[in-house]
Amino acid sequence: MTQDQDVALSVKNLKTFFYTNKRCNKAVNGVSFDIKKGKTLCIVGESGCGKSVTASTIMQLLPTLSRIEEGEITYHSENGDIRIDQLERNGEKMRSIRGSEIAMIFQDPMTALNPVYTIGFQISESLKYHTDLTRTQYKTRAIELLRDMGISLPESRVDDYPHSYSGGMRQRAMIAMAMSCSPKILIADEPTTALDVTIQAQIFELMDTLKKEHGTAIMLITHDMGVVAELADEVAVMYMGNIVEAGTVDEVLRNPTHPYTRALLASIPVLGKGKHQDITAIPGSTPDPYDRPNGCQFADRCAYRIDACDVMPEETQIGRTHRVMCWRHEEVGANAAE
Amino acid sequence: MQQNKDVILKLRDLKAHFPVKAGVFKRTVGHVKAVDGVDLDIYRGEVLGVVGESGCGKTTLGKAILRLVESSEGQVIYCSGDEQTDLTTLDNEGLVPYRKKLQIVFQDPHSSLNPAFTIFGSLEDPLKKYGVKSRAERRKIIGDLLEAVNMRPEYMDRYPHEFSGGQRQRIGIARALSIGPELIVCDEAVSALDVSIQAQVLQLLMKLKQEKNLTYVFITHDLSVTEYICDRIAVMYLGRVVELCDSEELYAHTLHPYTKALLSAVPVADLDKQTDRIVLEGDVPSPVNPPSGCPFHPRCQSAIERCKTDVPKLKRYEVDGRDHFASCHLVDLPEAV
Repeated sequence: MTQDQDVALSVKNLKTFFYTNKRCNKAVNGVSFDIKKGKTLCIVGESGCGKSVTASTIMQLLPTLSRIEEGEITYHSENGDIRIDQLERNGEKMRSIRGSEIAMIFQDPMTALNPVYTIGFQISESLKYHTDLTRTQYKTRAIELLRDMGISLPESRVDDYPHSYSGGMRQRAMIAMAMSCSPKILIADEPTTALDVTIQAQIFELMDTLKKEHGTAIMLITHDMGVVAELADEVAVMYMGNIVEAGTVDEVLRNPTHPYTRALLASIPVLGKGKHQDITAIPGSTPDPYDRPNGCQFADRCAYRIDACDVMPEETQIGRTHRVMCWRHEEVGANAAE
Repeated sequence: MQQNKDVILKLRDLKAHFPVKAGVFKRTVGHVKAVDGVDLDIYRGEVLGVVGESGCGKTTLGKAILRLVESSEGQVIYCSGDEQTDLTTLDNEGLVPYRKKLQIVFQDPHSSLNPAFTIFGSLEDPLKKYGVKSRAERRKIIGDLLEAVNMRPEYMDRYPHEFSGGQRQRIGIARALSIGPELIVCDEAVSALDVSIQAQVLQLLMKLKQEKNLTYVFITHDLSVTEYICDRIAVMYLGRVVELCDSEELYAHTLHPYTKALLSAVPVADLDKQTDRIVLEGDVPSPVNPPSGCPFHPRCQSAIERCKTDVPKLKRYEVDGRDHFASCHLVDLPEAV
């Protein structure tokens, strides 16, 4: 298969398992996707579906009890392809990529920033490791970054500690840290979940500019379908460690072909549809990760369940970019089109 | 339209200020004005939504209604028929009969249940207090309650850690229901839940409201949820209500610039909807020293001179024959309406 020029990172059949108390949690169980330059890939799913684990696997930030069982993560850098999954977790090569080529924004800026160092110090840390700027230069660069992120009076705020920043400002400082070495890929793990909607709008505006100006490839992890509709170019819907449906945002939101995607979209109240909109709850809850159903993971909650669902469905390509994992995707898709 | 509605709770100029102490002698150097003068009528059988950003005082308002937080000024008047009681003047003992009528569902289902108690243990206390003497009877009532929230009665002998977030939240709702309240304050009751579970809990709340003729004060930051569940919505900013009207009215004719910005900032899961997003600058100011004049003026894009000095009052406007309250000088200007 010839690689597209603009694919920044491709993940193939990735499996990450966790081992605790002699039990195995197949947190990510065969996931494939591409992150393209200048595009946003949104990964949506409920808590526990493996979306954050996918992100930490790419960054090689997994805890020690887990390991990449199978699959490939290939980073298409300017100097050829790099197989991230084969690199040593904290080896020199991985450290040189992490932070400079692939950067990550974490969910909770409160815990991701170190309270005993100034914001300026924490931003310049990655500059120190990845560039050969002098001390004064990276101070200036840190100020510049903060200014780009829309923090007022960056000259004085650069020497402040995280506690004197508000939630939105901390998240901006996090983005400044991530953007400090102009990474090719930005992985944002629920960057706005802890923030208010007005602040969330500011952060999204910022990420959109970054994408347009620097051509950064963004992988955004979220549980909010609204965010997906606003920001994504491509979407991957995850459920219990699998990508059950993926495609462009138009394909997935306008013509959802997996029962889970449909149910998810039907279960959220949409602003502007008034008080009499119908929402349908998904019955039951996600299965215990240590005691999974054999076949399709969603079968127990699914309205389309048939006997064949006891066997894990194959991934079917139903469009050039649109793929789905469901035995009955044709019927589901036909219903959605009605 | 709402003239003859039966009021259950009247809030009059309710304030909750918390002292800020500093120095060796812990002198009071200022006050956090969490709730700063709220006037509200809550009607029997309605769902009143309270929305706003974090730090706007919506949770404190909910707690002040139940006197879980002492208010520093103002009145909370409970009305039933001709009876009108100011809850803020009562002592603990006097409050007991009213506790039964007003209940709360907390935000975080993980921290609001005691992990050392079984569900029965957690739920039986209010029943004991309110006179259900026999244990068998209590078990029966709790069993029924769990059934009402779509859970199996056998679950009452399990511990909280055995349940998922959605189940725990339903237990929280069952606990609030146990002594037959008239009004329930739902403090971010669905915010900590996954979307698929959120819909289950929302539908359960609506079902219970129908069955038991409840009144909800629904505190949330999620405007999509409010639109779905609420009859009336109060938008709060820095401890004050800035806009109050019927839910449909609020979304159709937004008056206050803050509400407009808030609504435009919500990401909508609808590809056909194009919103002109109003991106507000900066953060919510500190409630210790709020800005002069209209608290929103430093972030407001259409602020005029007057906004910097005069505090706008919550005024009544009539839009299409419906009541619509807003506190903004701009609405008075003819061109702004």
